[in-house]
Amino acid sequence: MNKPVDIKITNMKERYKSGVLKYKQMGYWEPEYEPKDSDVLAVFRITPQDGVDPEEAAAAVAGESSTATWTVVWTDRLTDSEYYRGKAYKIEPVPGTPGQWFAYIAYDLDLFEEGSIANLTASIIGNVFGFKPLKALRLEDMRIPPHYLKTFQGPATGIVSERERLNNFGRPLLGATMKPKLGLSGRNYGRVVYEALSGGLDFAKDDENINSQPFMHWRDRFLYCMEGVNKAIAETGEIKGHYLNVTGATMEDMYERAEFAKELGSVIVMIDLVIGYTAIQSMAKWCRKNDMILHLHRAGHSTYTRQKNHGVSFRVIAKWMRMAGVDHIHAGTVVGKLEGDPNVIRGIYDTCRENHVSKNLQHGVFFDQPWASLKKLMPVASGGIHAGQMHQLLTYLGDDVVLQFGGGTIGHPQGIRAGATANRVALESMVKARNEGRDIWGEGPQILANTAKWCTPLRAALDTWKDVTFDYASTDSVDYVPTPTTS
Amino acid sequence: MRLTQGQFSFLPELTDAEIKKQIQYALAQGWALSVEFTDDPHPRNTYWDMWGQPMFDIKDPAGVMLEVTACRKAHSAKYIKVLAFDSKKGFETVRMSFIVNRPAEEPGFELVRAEGPGRQVHYTMRSYAGAKPAGQRY
Repeated sequence: MNKPVDIKITNMKERYKSGVLKYKQMGYWEPEYEPKDSDVLAVFRITPQDGVDPEEAAAAVAGESSTATWTVVWTDRLTDSEYYRGKAYKIEPVPGTPGQWFAYIAYDLDLFEEGSIANLTASIIGNVFGFKPLKALRLEDMRIPPHYLKTFQGPATGIVSERERLNNFGRPLLGATMKPKLGLSGRNYGRVVYEALSGGLDFAKDDENINSQPFMHWRDRFLYCMEGVNKAIAETGEIKGHYLNVTGATMEDMYERAEFAKELGSVIVMIDLVIGYTAIQSMAKWCRKNDMILHLHRAGHSTYTRQKNHGVSFRVIAKWMRMAGVDHIHAGTVVGKLEGDPNVIRGIYDTCRENHVSKNLQHGVFFDQPWASLKKLMPVASGGIHAGQMHQLLTYLGDDVVLQFGGGTIGHPQGIRAGATANRVALESMVKARNEGRDIWGEGPQILANTAKWCTPLRAALDTWKDVTFDYASTDSVDYVPTPTTS
Repeated sequence: MRLTQGQFSFLPELTDAEIKKQIQYALAQGWALSVEFTDDPHPRNTYWDMWGQPMFDIKDPAGVMLEVTACRKAHSAKYIKVLAFDSKKGFETVRMSFIVNRPAEEPGFELVRAEGPGRQVHYTMRSYAGAKPAGQRY
């Protein structure tokens, strides 16, 4: 009868009485709120604890990711607190998943510092992910308004300028990660770089955990790699590069390594996601200033992107990284050894490459996202892919992508150079066939087989890896399907 | 050596019928074709000589092929490439580039190493053919 009513308290004296109120009562649930064009929007997947109603849980997320604390504080009254409050404005049940809801929250632009991913994320994924009334919480997508986007540099180079610098058009770029990941001396490592580039690849790549270990210090690696790169350029007449991983313990170390890469004439350097958002933004600024392409390896992301109920969706990470200013990002292969549902991957690739991404729930895209001419970010497909999948890779991923075959180059039975050639020939023949109007999805294996009649390395590659697939169900899939099968 | 710039250099030389199909694809995307030639194929030679302006208004592959053929006739011993240019917002750049003619002999590039302190080497690529004056290279 006298149960406290579960809605926003508008009587200010009541509202600011010391004690604990529900987040809804404090005003974080505003179903009638119309988001402004300039608001930052976020959609979270919430799994409330038993007995916590979803609106209250959504309000709590809005509160804990903006102004709230667990109890009423009178100092709110020294601010225009209505204005600063995050506002949960909509919840929707997750299709086919009882106990989970999508909660939509709007944040005013003034809650965030210009051009700072660290500040944006400290709010949006700060305290709130450990909040007890929720069993689990996942940030599914964000809409960053152009007003805020324009305070970020964006990719240091971008797809268009990268291609113009490399003089490389009309086909995906080809790369390979050096293997074994650990243990090679500088001299042996440079050999692998040289063979792979000379055989036809555009890029060779350090792996994420190659920094400066006892078996190979960074200067040694850089010097030998650049010998390999330049020898391959002279032999082919093409611009090539090696992603020199400059990841280090401190910014000073990274700047020192990047400067050395520049002195040696490298066109590209590389960092790992684990260096953190601020370090990434610093390196992106350095790269813009020094005409360097910036490759990002997403080391560590699966700890929080893979499980559907808790963490941060990779499409949000991709969005932040485009804002932060990297030029390359590993974004999934669909067909390789690592996680990747085709629809989810499509949403991520669009986020990297399009100037306007429209809401598309079947791709996991919850909002229209205009990119306001921020440069485009080149997705990288890497992990368990080989030449025999070329028709699938080209169909799923398109032209503006780096296809990276590590094992699929270095593991070739006739050697690294032959492995590289097999990949390049397979790629060029598939692009040519597609442009000629052939149905590469259906005819792909036949196109490859025909090409392999005159290209022995491709024949050997197809024979070696013909049956290799990684056909497991994805853990991160989309929730909306074209024709729902459950009632 | 074989210069492998361009999107199809690892394949056998394209026949005229195959070139025409690629041109057709580019036209279908709304891109403008152009033809460029050079006797200086250095990897950092961005500006090859233009065989006329990009053909913004030619929508027929046969028309583009006429220019390819004419350029080949005039510069048979040089490198010739076909380019497709996309003027759409967000691109405004080259979308295709492939070689349609190359010299019979491709001497390639010398890699010149200038040794510096701390084991550093500065590299220069020098075209063997480029040592001769323009017009006498191939």
